[in-house]
Amino acid sequence: MADATYQPGQHPDLPPPPSTTGVVGWVRNNLLSSPLNIFLTVVSGLLVYFVATSVYEWGFANADFSGASRQDCTSGGACWALINVRFGQFIYGFYPEAQRWRVNLAFVGLVVALWPLLFDNVPARKQLLWYAGAYPIIAFVLLLGGFGLESVETAKFGGFLLTMVIGVTGIAVSLPLGIVLALGRRSDMLFIRTICIGFIEFIRGVPLITLLFVASTLLSFFLPPGTTFNLLLRVLIMVTLFSSAYLAEVVRGGLQAIPVGQREAAESLGLGYWRTMYLIILPQALKISIPGIVNSFIGLFKDTTLVAIIGLLDPLGIGRAALADTKWQGLSSEVYVFVAVLFFIFSFGMSRYSLYLEKKLEVGHAS
Amino acid sequence: MSLAEAHAGSGFTISKLWTEKRYRSVLFQLIALALLVALVFFIVNNTIANLQALGVSYGFGFLSQPANYDINQRLIEYDSTMTHGRAAIVGLLNTLLVAVSGIILATLLGFTFGVLRLSNNWVVSRLVYVFVEVTRNVPVLLQILLWHGTILNLPTVKNAFSFFSQTFFLSNRGLTVPGPVPEPGFQVVPIVFLAAVIGAIVFTRWAKRVQDETGRVYPVFLINIVGIIGLTVLAFLVTGKPLSWEIAEMGRFNLSGGVTLRPEFIALWLALSFYTAAFIAEVVRAGIQSVSRGQTEAAYSLGLRPGRTTRMVIIPQAMRVIVPPLTSQYLNLTKNSSLAIAIGYMDITATLGGITLNQTGQAMEAVMLLMAVYLSFSLFTSLFMNWYNHRTKLVER
Repeated sequence: MADATYQPGQHPDLPPPPSTTGVVGWVRNNLLSSPLNIFLTVVSGLLVYFVATSVYEWGFANADFSGASRQDCTSGGACWALINVRFGQFIYGFYPEAQRWRVNLAFVGLVVALWPLLFDNVPARKQLLWYAGAYPIIAFVLLLGGFGLESVETAKFGGFLLTMVIGVTGIAVSLPLGIVLALGRRSDMLFIRTICIGFIEFIRGVPLITLLFVASTLLSFFLPPGTTFNLLLRVLIMVTLFSSAYLAEVVRGGLQAIPVGQREAAESLGLGYWRTMYLIILPQALKISIPGIVNSFIGLFKDTTLVAIIGLLDPLGIGRAALADTKWQGLSSEVYVFVAVLFFIFSFGMSRYSLYLEKKLEVGHAS
Repeated sequence: MSLAEAHAGSGFTISKLWTEKRYRSVLFQLIALALLVALVFFIVNNTIANLQALGVSYGFGFLSQPANYDINQRLIEYDSTMTHGRAAIVGLLNTLLVAVSGIILATLLGFTFGVLRLSNNWVVSRLVYVFVEVTRNVPVLLQILLWHGTILNLPTVKNAFSFFSQTFFLSNRGLTVPGPVPEPGFQVVPIVFLAAVIGAIVFTRWAKRVQDETGRVYPVFLINIVGIIGLTVLAFLVTGKPLSWEIAEMGRFNLSGGVTLRPEFIALWLALSFYTAAFIAEVVRAGIQSVSRGQTEAAYSLGLRPGRTTRMVIIPQAMRVIVPPLTSQYLNLTKNSSLAIAIGYMDITATLGGITLNQTGQAMEAVMLLMAVYLSFSLFTSLFMNWYNHRTKLVER
């Protein structure tokens, strides 16, 4: 073979050298290409090793998973017994134990309602979308009572249930509100535009915690004397307003990206303002801004933890209450890590979904 | 009669209020105005009635009343006999302290992570990816509490970790470092330092002009660094090293002397910095990736070396994309510093919006002042943004 002669240009392709392909080639190119690179690989490898082993030892190998108080945790690692004992509170707050099936049903119902909203290829999507539209009423009745169900005060709401109530309500209400604000900000009417800009910039300029202070201390001043309405509703209003201002900016970005010709074309076909927006502009603008919208939702979801500061018992509030119990004092790491993991799962899930959508939309543009 | 005249000429009738666009827009705005006025009237009216019913007087007089509470971290003179107004200023300075130090650390970390995220090294870029995703997706309040809890779980002062031959101490009371004690003649050093910085700015401008005119390039960065550090050190030596360090000593029960960074400050500072750094890393990554590969290739084909390509071609273009979201991250960090209240760091939210509000009951005024403070931060930030956008705007043909 070696001494066979070939016409110029007729030599068959040789296989690439083994050091540039396969696992060996990949390692050489990506991990060991220069002295600096070797150094970085070794350092970060060691870092990963130490973090992973210490987390494993603390969280699993040397951890205790059951017990009635801190004294039962003797292995030296994490004391998950606290989470184990109070797990019900972390999920349901002080919702009456006999009625917890209603919360579970509401959670399952939420998943079923979100399914057709999040994905296209769902069997019987149309019927499910009708159901999703009715879901808020169903959840309202399920959680608060009525129609033969025992009524439960919102003060009993807590734990992850509270996070979901605030998060889902905030998301569902702030999206339409944000769209209206964004349209208002781009309106030709000077006065409407000024109000919308003022509102959006005010809300975006102050921290959420100050708005929650307004909810907990000031809002009752603004209403006729003697009116009382519960803290959860006040918090919901503030969280929704807060989120809608951020959404308005995201949607405005999408609106600005639509060429003005689209609007002119719609108007020349005789469509009025609302039809132009509803049929032509918004479908395109919202499609572009979906990743930004999902990001705002993640922000809103994470921000729900702030309600613990004004005394609502979301998972963080429940955790802090548990830490105040002398039986469990000093277990702050366990509590905060548990709550952090809970939030991470949902936020990360949402951000993955946003990436999935981005990819899906990109394909739409390319074809 | 032209069409426009016919259109304008026909007189106004009531029905045009909703059939013709320009009248309709006036009508809408009038309705909106009326609604707004009614809402404001409703709120003000109710508030007055409510305040009267409670017997609370309205006004900012409480700011000059004695505060009667202590603040454990203060940058200016303060004790509990001073006024609520003074307490609010101490809080404001604490907010600024944690915001500025957080912004510095977050920028350093964020740019490092952003660049490492684009590294060819698979392990490094994956590691940074995991860090960024974990940090971004966990609520910042939890991260603050986690850092705080971790510091409080450190050994007590008696068993503090010490570093650098017993000069730095780390315990559940915070980090104690040697405190600088300026001696007579020290004021010369900062003056020389400032003069050197001004000199460096002048030199940079001059070098840029020379380069624009003649193409001669000076190692500006190197000269500036050597100039600033060299002159400052020289001034320090010439004046006879007028600075000594007070090192903390371990007493029977406690450390005495030195400067102690309190656990609340460290927790808030680290948590805000890492959280914001994760967002900045993504901003930096997007900025660098936004500069098209052709720019690098074009610079190479003009004969620029890689270092200079990065400095003169890539970074200026990437910065145009990076700076606007970067400033909004800075603003977010400042606003998030209000979460200090959860761990008892005495920032403006904890003093004015927390203890002062609860003690005096002047909720309306306290919350309004608090909002005004944060609003002015965001106003300054957007003024800066507009100035920057204007300055770096693409000059198109």
